[in-house]
Amino acid sequence: MLMPAKIALKNLDWESRLIQRRIGLAGVAVALLFLIVLLRIVYLQVLEHEHYTTLSQDNRVKLVAIPPIRGLIFSQDNVLLAENRPSFTLEVVPEKVPDLDSMLARISELIVIKETDIRRFREQLKRKRRFEGVPLRFNLNDEEVARVAVNQHRLAGIDIIARLNRHYPRRASLAHGIGYVGMIDETELGQLDKSNYRGTKHIGKTGVERAYEDILHGQVGYQQVEVNAQGRIIRVLDRTAPVPGNNLRLTVNAGLQQVAVTALQGKRGAIVALDPNTGGILTAVSSPGYDPNLFVNGIDSASYRALLQSADAPLLNRFSQGNYPPGSTIKPFIGLAALDLAIRESGQETWCRGWYSLQGSSHRYRDWKKNGHGHTDMTKAIAESCDVYFYTLANDMGVDTLHEVLADFGFGRTTGLDIGSESAGLLPSRAWKQRRLGQPWYPGETLIFGIGQGWALVTPLQLAVATAAVANQGKLYQPHLLAAVTDPLDGAVIDRFAAHITAEIQVTELAYWQEVINAMHEVVQGESGTARRSGRGAPYAFAGKTGTAQVISIGQDEEYDADELPEELHDHALFVGFAPLKAPTIAVAVIIENGGSGASTAAPVARRLFDHYLLGEVAEHDRGDQG
Amino acid sequence: MRGETRIDRLHVDLPLLGGILALSIIGTLILYSASGQDTSAVMTQFTRLGTGLVVMFIVAQFSPAQLARLSLWAYLFVLLLLVIVLFYGDVGKGAQRWLDIKLITFQPSELMKLALPMMLAWYLAGRQLPPALPHVLVAIVMIAVPVVLIARQPDLGTAVLLAAAGMSLLFIAGIRWRLLLAFAGLVSLSTPVLWYVMHDYQRQRVLAFLNPEQDPLGAGYHIIQSAIAIGSGGLYGKGWLNGTQSHLEFLPERSTDFIFAVFCEEFGLLGVAVLIGLYGFIIGRGLYIAFISQQSYGKLLGAGLVLVFFVYIFVNMGMVSGQLPVVGVPLPLISHGGTSLITIMIGFGMLMAIKTHRRLLSD
Repeated sequence: MLMPAKIALKNLDWESRLIQRRIGLAGVAVALLFLIVLLRIVYLQVLEHEHYTTLSQDNRVKLVAIPPIRGLIFSQDNVLLAENRPSFTLEVVPEKVPDLDSMLARISELIVIKETDIRRFREQLKRKRRFEGVPLRFNLNDEEVARVAVNQHRLAGIDIIARLNRHYPRRASLAHGIGYVGMIDETELGQLDKSNYRGTKHIGKTGVERAYEDILHGQVGYQQVEVNAQGRIIRVLDRTAPVPGNNLRLTVNAGLQQVAVTALQGKRGAIVALDPNTGGILTAVSSPGYDPNLFVNGIDSASYRALLQSADAPLLNRFSQGNYPPGSTIKPFIGLAALDLAIRESGQETWCRGWYSLQGSSHRYRDWKKNGHGHTDMTKAIAESCDVYFYTLANDMGVDTLHEVLADFGFGRTTGLDIGSESAGLLPSRAWKQRRLGQPWYPGETLIFGIGQGWALVTPLQLAVATAAVANQGKLYQPHLLAAVTDPLDGAVIDRFAAHITAEIQVTELAYWQEVINAMHEVVQGESGTARRSGRGAPYAFAGKTGTAQVISIGQDEEYDADELPEELHDHALFVGFAPLKAPTIAVAVIIENGGSGASTAAPVARRLFDHYLLGEVAEHDRGDQG
Repeated sequence: MRGETRIDRLHVDLPLLGGILALSIIGTLILYSASGQDTSAVMTQFTRLGTGLVVMFIVAQFSPAQLARLSLWAYLFVLLLLVIVLFYGDVGKGAQRWLDIKLITFQPSELMKLALPMMLAWYLAGRQLPPALPHVLVAIVMIAVPVVLIARQPDLGTAVLLAAAGMSLLFIAGIRWRLLLAFAGLVSLSTPVLWYVMHDYQRQRVLAFLNPEQDPLGAGYHIIQSAIAIGSGGLYGKGWLNGTQSHLEFLPERSTDFIFAVFCEEFGLLGVAVLIGLYGFIIGRGLYIAFISQQSYGKLLGAGLVLVFFVYIFVNMGMVSGQLPVVGVPLPLISHGGTSLITIMIGFGMLMAIKTHRRLLSD
């Protein structure tokens, strides 16, 4: 046996009692330790119960935002300009796909999967959870959707998800006005109402989409859901429906817009047409345009670079941010001021011999008409765009007055366009020149300022607003694209854009307006008007003024010869006008960059707009070949 | 002495059996809930339970004297298994703990929970008690060898628990207080050394225990989610099958090591009181059996087995309720797991043997 011999010496009784004492002590220790555990449980379950109940609820219940549907944008004539289109995305749920590679191969047989798609997919795969769908292909067309649907049985774990995507059906047509939505970026995220944008991926980036973001977005909805530890939704506990964003109706006439876009096809330039009685913008074109749809889900860098680097600057919003020398289009405004300030009387004539020189100088400021206009009064000066008349007038007026009266017409400051994004243009003055160039104002600069050359820069929008002010005899309206906010469900008008007069031009005699308007009527429908060819055959009376703005200065003894100059140095062609003559309903400003003379290039465009707007499309087609 | 009853002849202790069955029923209920109402998990647990009861019954037929004779060999055999597992063991969760012998895979470290008390009880019962210093040192070597082997697997939790169980057996054997204090001092001095030999994940667990909020989704996740489960249970619990922490899978290892949190969440403080009461009853009964055993071996083995049982309960509950660092220790009779259940049942079988064979021994 293994028992040692010492056993005989053991005091068994004493030993037994020793062990029993220790067992007793162990029992006490067990009881104490159990008590400690129990106290801890009491602490957790009784004292901290509420705290942990809250944590448990936080764990379990999640608020899931339901983004609202963005409001639609319509034109005045009810053409849809911005909509939400279901776009189909093919998503893969990784946990349901045992062999990802063979699955990708199988899908590739059905629809086109590009190398870049797979790369992006693999990238996102790492960041998503196993049960979350990872997008593989965006924008599936109907055929592709059908092809996947038919094969659904052998594509377990492949889902086609329909999402609403912003879409601009008219593409480039009103891109600069409507703007576009894009993915919310970091800086925007910091400024947003975060709770209302939970779940929203897109935000208005430019144009109407940005300016009226608050109206278009709507109110976020919520779903209270029970989730498990992986975040998978187990069931929906409660739901608050989102409130869709309101629709917008713009002042833009889609038909007219299309005419304007067509007229500028292949050209650089801008057209603004306004309702002279409200300031509502009927047409706003900046050409060339760009497809705003490219920006919605993020434009690829190659396309973006192409847009940015294009010599035609398609991203530039020419109608409100393009700065152009106004040329002769400002003559009516100066003319009106001259009458009002009694610097000229109606019928008062100036002798035009084809050039003008300042006293004590031999420098000749040339008229566009080499041999001169002869005896020229205000009406003839505007109708024939006599430069010498306006050199003389500008000299008599002085730069300070010139600056002042043109400022009255809104030049040199923003017009207050409702969507913003405006340039103020440049209305030069002595003070400006001293400040910017540190030089005094030279008398010669006053002369060319008088014919809209030199430092002065205007935007097409400013020109249109000023022209509208002539049409309505003095009221400068705030130009706006928004006409009304309507209910997305029943179409009821919720709010209307109230016409707002930003400034009013006061003249001593209302007849002065009439005189200038008559002169502008002569431009298009008079015997010797510069744009008489554009006015010919119109079944209504209208008014206008051509402008041809020099891009480069022509030397004293040189001739401007378009054929010898590169295209980008050709003159800008301008035209402003309104129609009908009595009670005008449309005022336009047309600028065609390097288009040559205003009379030949810009005026016909305006005529086409007037015809369409006043007579309707049929009439416009009838005179299609007359050009 | 009372007369020999029929149940005594079967070598079954009815109060102990009653406690075990009650706990098993609770365990099965909570396992059903924690496993997401998985009947197959419950069925395997039933099978194990049945097997366990049979094994317990068989073990109870051995007399303490027979067990004493087996002690050394059992100890050496398990030690050998531990060495084998270190070289040939299956790697599960990054540690070599499992031995695959065709029919079943099991953890030899589990068996050491039985073999070590047997060995110590046999060795110490053969000496003068309280044991003299050389004998204490020999006993400590007996504890240290398997503890180091298990720690190398690495399974620090089981190693520490085994060391604690071994030391508590030395305590029962009447080791002198000053020796006990000296060892306690040595252990606390060696704690910094322990920190250096620990694996990174083990250190992380200790850090997470000290400050779970520091890494709420990583190392602190178990502790935080477990506290939420317990705390949100409140006085009466969320009700059976209604625990959200467990059913929505926030609670990790909910049917094994953290099943106590599920229990707390669903049955509340009242349920916990009942559970601890039942454990207390079984432990009390076990200590009583040891207490009345007329043999030193029986006393030491009985108390040792009961204390191993207790240490597991205490460490598991302490870890789940955030009082102790997270070590992979199951809750006896409740946690889902094979080897652990069988060893526990063998242990109870030995306790019943000690209880029911005493008359024969006293003759």
